[in-house]
Amino acid sequence: MKFLCVECDQQMAFAERQLPGDGTLAATFKCPKCGRVVAMLTNPMETQLVSSLGVEIGGRTVPAEPFEMVHANVVTGGPAWSSGAQERLSRVPSFVRGMVKKIYGDYAKERGITEITPAVMDTARAELGLEGM
Amino acid sequence: MRTYHQLTDPDRSGLADQIGAQRKRVAARLAGVRRIVAVMSGKGGVGKSYVTAHLARGFARAGRSVGVLDADLNGPTIPRLLQVAQHAASPAIGIDGVKCVSMGQFLEDGAPLAFTGPSAESYVWRGAMEASALREFLGDVEWGDLDLLLLDLPPGMQRYIELCDILGTPPAVLTVTIPTPESHDAVRRAMRAAVERGSDLLGIVENMVGGELKGSAAADLALEFRTPVLARIPWHPSPDDWSELASRLPQPLGPRPQAP
Repeated sequence: MKFLCVECDQQMAFAERQLPGDGTLAATFKCPKCGRVVAMLTNPMETQLVSSLGVEIGGRTVPAEPFEMVHANVVTGGPAWSSGAQERLSRVPSFVRGMVKKIYGDYAKERGITEITPAVMDTARAELGLEGM
Repeated sequence: MRTYHQLTDPDRSGLADQIGAQRKRVAARLAGVRRIVAVMSGKGGVGKSYVTAHLARGFARAGRSVGVLDADLNGPTIPRLLQVAQHAASPAIGIDGVKCVSMGQFLEDGAPLAFTGPSAESYVWRGAMEASALREFLGDVEWGDLDLLLLDLPPGMQRYIELCDILGTPPAVLTVTIPTPESHDAVRRAMRAAVERGSDLLGIVENMVGGELKGSAAADLALEFRTPVLARIPWHPSPDDWSELASRLPQPLGPRPQAP
């Protein structure tokens, strides 16, 4: 996938990838000549399709962790995640997201919590010493 | 306006390179596996997993190092057949020392395979998710040195095609059928697809022989595809039946996986 600044006839350079947490993805590209920035916005289905291939828009900065896709995307039958909790989880770097998800899932399961919300995550973080997760 | 190929700066995302790296990872992980054999059938309910598990045990009892990859992601049965505990580490060590990995190790008891994501359009991405899971099973499991890795495929041909693409080389195929004409028709299509993809047909196992199921599916398929009937497995087979099947598998069993 490449982006062309038609006015400058210049290939635009990838600048940044953002995951807003609602299942969508935003990737920005900048023209090296005129500085114009455009954003490619994908809907949840398109984002999921990219994710299902095990690739990352903008390139990988670290090698994939073992079972990265399975850990991050397979519903293991644990507690449900509210949209707010999913949003917060999506901000966790992908290579540790599966592990973090499992920690919160185990925390909820041990306490009989059926839905993980941001409040549950705050409580778990405090109890388990998970600052930054 | 210039076209994609006229833009010569590299694509920063490098999606093709990322896919290539995935394939290399699989090839590197399977470098210690001497032979890969896909156990397949176009038909469900013929006992592929049953045959796979007991064939693996037959090899293991003969002193060979064997692994089983349960590629039936939606209906994993290998953990139960090999007596592997749920959530066992991957690869789990099953009965007779057979190594295995299965989606059953990742799911809660009785839970269907489901993925996070927008369910309304899941038909668009679910197949790719399953293919990615299969790739991770191949590329992320520390199989170590194996004489044989058996791949237990689900009914149909989709998983076989994904497997060919991920491995880069079509795996050798062991076909399982039951005697009936209905099974013959479904298995025939699968075998033809395997031949068209370039897989070696190692032979046919006819399962559930001697009961109410009537027909000559294995013999007819063997004649058409010029491949042997390796075993006719009765309803209540003995360990010797499986050991005999293991000894009848042609050597070599198939090509080593090659880096793309």
